[in-house]
Amino acid sequence: MSQPSRPSRPETVYFFGTCLIDLFYPQAGLAGMELLRREGLRVVFPQNQSCCAQPARNSGYLDEARAVARRQIETFVEDWPIVVPSGSCAGMMRTHYPALFEGQPDAERARAFAGRVVELTWFLVHVLDIRLADKGEPVTVTWHASCHAMREMGVRDEPKQLLRQLSGVTLVEAGHETECCGFGGTFAVRHAEIAAAMVDDKVTSIARTGASAVISGDCGCLMNITGAIDKAGRPIVGRHIAEFLLERCHGA
Amino acid sequence: MSDNARSRILARLRAAAPGPVPPRPAWTPPTYLAEERRARFIAMIEAAHAEVHEVDQTTWPVRLRSILANKGVRRVMTAPTTAAGQQLAAVWADLADAPALIAYDQPVEVLKPVLVRDVDAAVTMTRGAIAETGTLVLWPSPAEPRLMSLLPPIHVALVEEWRIADSLAALMADESWAAAMPTNAVLISGPSKTADIEQTLAYGVHGPKELIVLLVRDQEAGAAAV
Amino acid sequence: MALETMPDGPVVENPAMDKGPDFTQRAHAALIDPGLRRNFRRAMDGLMEKRAAQFADPVAWAALRERGAQARAAALARLPDLLEELEARCAANGIQVHWAETIEDGNAIVLGILNHHRARQVVKGKSMVSEEMHLNDHLAAHGITAIESDLGEYIIQLAGELPSHIVMPCIHKNKDQIATLLAANIPGLGYTEDVAALTAAARRILRDRFAAADAGISGVNFAVAETGTLVLIENEGNGRLSTTLPPLHIAITGIEKVVERLDDIPPLLALLPRSATGQPITTYVNMITSPRKPGEKDGPAAVHLILLDNGRSRVFADAQLRDTLRCIRCGACINHCPVYARVGGHSYGSVYPGPIGKILTPQIAGLDVAGDLPHASTLCNACVEVCPVKIPIADILVRLRQEAAQPAGAATPAVKGAGSRRHIAEALVWTVWRWVYAWPWLHHRATRLLARIGNWIPARAPLLRAWTRNRTRPHFAGQTLHERARRAGIDHE
Ligand code: SF4
Repeated sequence: MSQPSRPSRPETVYFFGTCLIDLFYPQAGLAGMELLRREGLRVVFPQNQSCCAQPARNSGYLDEARAVARRQIETFVEDWPIVVPSGSCAGMMRTHYPALFEGQPDAERARAFAGRVVELTWFLVHVLDIRLADKGEPVTVTWHASCHAMREMGVRDEPKQLLRQLSGVTLVEAGHETECCGFGGTFAVRHAEIAAAMVDDKVTSIARTGASAVISGDCGCLMNITGAIDKAGRPIVGRHIAEFLLERCHGA
Repeated sequence: MSDNARSRILARLRAAAPGPVPPRPAWTPPTYLAEERRARFIAMIEAAHAEVHEVDQTTWPVRLRSILANKGVRRVMTAPTTAAGQQLAAVWADLADAPALIAYDQPVEVLKPVLVRDVDAAVTMTRGAIAETGTLVLWPSPAEPRLMSLLPPIHVALVEEWRIADSLAALMADESWAAAMPTNAVLISGPSKTADIEQTLAYGVHGPKELIVLLVRDQEAGAAAV
Repeated sequence: MALETMPDGPVVENPAMDKGPDFTQRAHAALIDPGLRRNFRRAMDGLMEKRAAQFADPVAWAALRERGAQARAAALARLPDLLEELEARCAANGIQVHWAETIEDGNAIVLGILNHHRARQVVKGKSMVSEEMHLNDHLAAHGITAIESDLGEYIIQLAGELPSHIVMPCIHKNKDQIATLLAANIPGLGYTEDVAALTAAARRILRDRFAAADAGISGVNFAVAETGTLVLIENEGNGRLSTTLPPLHIAITGIEKVVERLDDIPPLLALLPRSATGQPITTYVNMITSPRKPGEKDGPAAVHLILLDNGRSRVFADAQLRDTLRCIRCGACINHCPVYARVGGHSYGSVYPGPIGKILTPQIAGLDVAGDLPHASTLCNACVEVCPVKIPIADILVRLRQEAAQPAGAATPAVKGAGSRRHIAEALVWTVWRWVYAWPWLHHRATRLLARIGNWIPARAPLLRAWTRNRTRPHFAGQTLHERARRAGIDHE
């Protein structure tokens, strides 16, 4: 939707790790960087990065959100693409930073920053035109589409294109694939019952595919879905797509 | 109260910063080739549960009698002063077993009991039709009042096929509707329907249960081609 | 009627809200009703599929949507001028225009007109604004019977309920519930699940009501300033009957429903029914420009148009919130809302449920009354994706969350009840969060610590308890990505 027109292949990219990956899924972050490095890119992970500030923004705490967003803008200073292994964080930085900084002295800087943000799978497909050679055992998986990847970043088919490149992987579409899993940040705890109803339906659809793994590009969704899968005792694993691709193609 | 309310509401609206008036983007409604247009109209209105019969300009009243006979229609309302009303009356007068004609020739206050309950069908002309959506265009008039196309269980509408426009937008522009809107203009796309009970379609909930379109052939065009 | 007026608008005494339990409690009750959830799910799935089929060509959809959004935005940009133009055109055509600031005003005007015409029996076409006004109750209190004639609204009225959807009012009810209700209320009708038979029975009963009615009341979908035309769309024909058969017609609409020109109507008509129910057009598009003229044999002798503000001029005052008023009430946002599909329409306690209700009701009723609604969303953007007039619903939800949580005391708050939902504890959490995430030194230490001890946080901790009700707890990784990236020797500048 608001992705940049196909940029030429850069030599160096920034990697934005996201706060959830930082604390809960560092292996997904490492995998994302490894995929980029194996494509010959230099990957820079600035140590001063922290969070895209979406949680505060979505809760209506805009001053707090701006302070944290500003830290990111001041950290990712070089004119390199900022690759984000999350449609949701990418959507926050790309589509909401300009409005968040409207009328601020650094509005122009925020806009420029936003323009450099790209979602990982989109970058792999459209910029790197990556070719994946599957080395794994045959497996059936299903895909969970993240709301913000689709509707803020326009990333819809890219992750599935990557999964379809894997010869040993059968991709089965789940019912209501594009429906929200019910995470919604603070929604999951503020409206726990509704969120529970949503994720239970999501898990039921996933289970119906017969897949042994659910792949997603967003760790928020993944945390929600796998949490419910595990609680229900279903034998399905959840994987971030970066981690899954790396496992399949290069062993883990 | 109302006057003060008016000035206070307008004052509040004017106190707000006026927004920029966005430029009109390019949008063009669909257009059809001559042969597509007719087919599209028929397909769309049939999909909306209307019945379409192709008829001749001269013989349609005979055709209509047999269509209605199959439906057990006995009392048909017409507009006695329209061309269609007169033609129907003239032809049916000579036909044995033709349904009785009831003229909508008095105000609704007089005719209400008949209109509400005692008519099986009504026959109206149309001003035109729209291919895109399968729609009839009616501008009811003193000769052919509004309730004819609404109260009886069957509505028979004559559509002259050369009056099918591509789209509502094209029709409004071509005929300069904005310059002189009638008391009531109505677009009809099928019989009255509802899906309020479990999304199950049911027809005739308030208006006609059946819509019969008599599509009048363009005989001049046909003759010219020969 | 005493009417307190503040400089920035009237006090809305009777907001478009139920009294009683809040959203969370109502939603919980709905969630444990499996029948209700099934009814909604089935209905929503069908509606989404039908809408998608209508807009299968993304290029055509984008162009049409752009035009529709522009028609509404252009109308709002010139709203006061257009309302005056509409009024002048209507007056020239013989339609009397009334202005109502509040729902009390609106109800009083309707009652006044009905009394003037000695009207005692009223039939109504579907009108969400009259629902917003609780008009039927007001008329009943003054001895006037108003019968809803849209089949769905009629069913709801018999059941003594509120609509659960703005387009399909009784979508929460299944066939047996409706069959039972109609059998108990329509003389001579036994219990039947045959939809055609149920519909025929309703036709019979309501036909008599139409014939006996002294007045018809309807809503308006679009009011055209250029020509003074009221455009009403519907499938049943009850709207046409309400506006044609009785001698008096009263149309009620919000002040935002005006459009500039007649040629704005075709694109909006191409969007509304397709977005709403996935049909190419409604059965009837009824354009009313005047009362019965001399020589015409039917149609009402008198037509009145009531323009209701009820907080809309206040919404209009804010450049961002103004976009709310573009709404054409198609209900597509509702049909695509995963929260609505789970909790149904009644949970919102608002005449307008779902995403449009979440942004409109708090602005009309106030955040103090309906401040929980903007949080009843995952911000998944499903509504934003389908809204035919491109209302940035998610951004407005966030804005309302911000207004609700800001420190109270702004001199002229943009939204009534701004600051009413501020919780000190929550504000403190975000302050701490800000320091941790804006200061790398603190961030490194805090996250290193959390990564190591997070798994020992007691399960009873407030957020964890809500989370783990149906999920296992998230597993802290032991080491952060920051640490592992440094250890892996990844460049950091
Ligand atoms: S907000 Fe948009 S989608 Fe929702 S009812 Fe209004 S116009 Fe339709």
